[in-house]
Amino acid sequence: MSDQNARGGRDGRGTRLVTPGASLGASEGRRIGHGVVENEGQLIAVKLGALIENEEEVSVIPSHTRYTPRPGDLVIGVVEAVQSNLWFLDINAPFNALLPMSLGPGKAEFGGARNVLNVGNTVLCRIQEVDETHSSVVTMKGLGLRRIDSGIVEAIPPHLMQSLFSDSNVLKSLKSSTDCRIILADNGRMWVDGDSKSMSNVISKLEQIRAMSRDFSSLESMVEILQTEVY
Amino acid sequence: MGGYSDVQMIDENGIRVDGRTAGEIRPVSINAGIIPVADGSAEVIWGTNHVIAAVYGPMEAHPRKIQKQDRAVLDVRYNMAPFSTTDRIRPGFNRRSREISKVTAEALESVVLTELYPRSKIRVEIEVITAEAGTRCAGITAASVALADAGIPMTDMVISVASGKINGVVVCDLNKEEDNYGEADLPMGVCANSGELVFLQMDGDLSPEEFQIAWDYNMEAIAPVHEMMIDALKRSNGGDE
Repeated sequence: MSDQNARGGRDGRGTRLVTPGASLGASEGRRIGHGVVENEGQLIAVKLGALIENEEEVSVIPSHTRYTPRPGDLVIGVVEAVQSNLWFLDINAPFNALLPMSLGPGKAEFGGARNVLNVGNTVLCRIQEVDETHSSVVTMKGLGLRRIDSGIVEAIPPHLMQSLFSDSNVLKSLKSSTDCRIILADNGRMWVDGDSKSMSNVISKLEQIRAMSRDFSSLESMVEILQTEVY
Repeated sequence: MGGYSDVQMIDENGIRVDGRTAGEIRPVSINAGIIPVADGSAEVIWGTNHVIAAVYGPMEAHPRKIQKQDRAVLDVRYNMAPFSTTDRIRPGFNRRSREISKVTAEALESVVLTELYPRSKIRVEIEVITAEAGTRCAGITAASVALADAGIPMTDMVISVASGKINGVVVCDLNKEEDNYGEADLPMGVCANSGELVFLQMDGDLSPEEFQIAWDYNMEAIAPVHEMMIDALKRSNGGDE
């Protein structure tokens, strides 16, 4: 069966889809990237996704993934619970993040956390630390980190965020074509602010992208949608 | 395993009641990504069996007492719809569904890299819409495709097939009559690429020789089903068909 392992087809643009367990050849002299493990000198894909092979590294861009927090990531969180001296934020990861009062916005007294941020509020924050069990602490101390009081928050799959916006021109043209202020967060969320017509343009573009999000062959079409001028 | 040896279910030419030969499996079709709101999903139609699996997570494990500090837990729930068989099945968990949920979770745990998600839970729901025979095998296969579709890291995909014995003859992939009146049943779960065995149960009696034949039939059936699993995942993720 192993000769069939790596079958995964090409989509015409050179992207090969691999499935978990697919053999990716000998590991010798190749660096192991994301979505790949080594077993007895052989590289094996552990995720469903597009195989990326360059001279040194072999990795798999997953077709679907949950956001995994990393220190320094800019994230958009939603307050899910409040305690006397901390907030719990939903950051689109398997676990809620903690926002201690000492790293929160402004000055809050012990027991007065709810007066500063309440359940349902949205904040722009940064991952401060992540422990080995994937629990994370976020901070709002930093340039531009704040409570979000205007606009809307949209979501797209986190892995697409990186693939689509790796070229900064894509975001620039999206902003200019829709006349919106946009902030991309690493957790697959996007803050969009502008007049209602501009925002609805962005929403419709993102809806199209979400509908195509699992189709690797349509990555270029997605970029095209984002860059298309809206009249 | 009724063991009604007087019920003739295979003729002298080795043709079974549904026209298959001894080593032949029923027609199988697999589709992935059929439930948009799930992180991953799959549908397996195996003969008359129709099974749907959905995967959600990884997510925080609740209640907290089920959390494992060093790995994720697979929360598998196998359920047969009340209308899935001619006799109405009482809704809810019963002894059989608990057992199948447990063995399915154990089979899948051997390939899922649970250590990457400590304290979390991966929810796997398996719903049998139509049942003939071999729903646990179809359920494991569907769950395996759904886990891959959800982007859960796995070292391999698990495929499950059963062989058994009717009228003293070992046959592959028992249908309802063969399952009801046959003499033995041997469901197996095998890793598609490595060939490792991750699940095995046996009901009835098989001699060592018969066991070997059943084993070989199951192993032979793995490859074509694996092809279908890969095709299903490619179709739902923009690969070529």
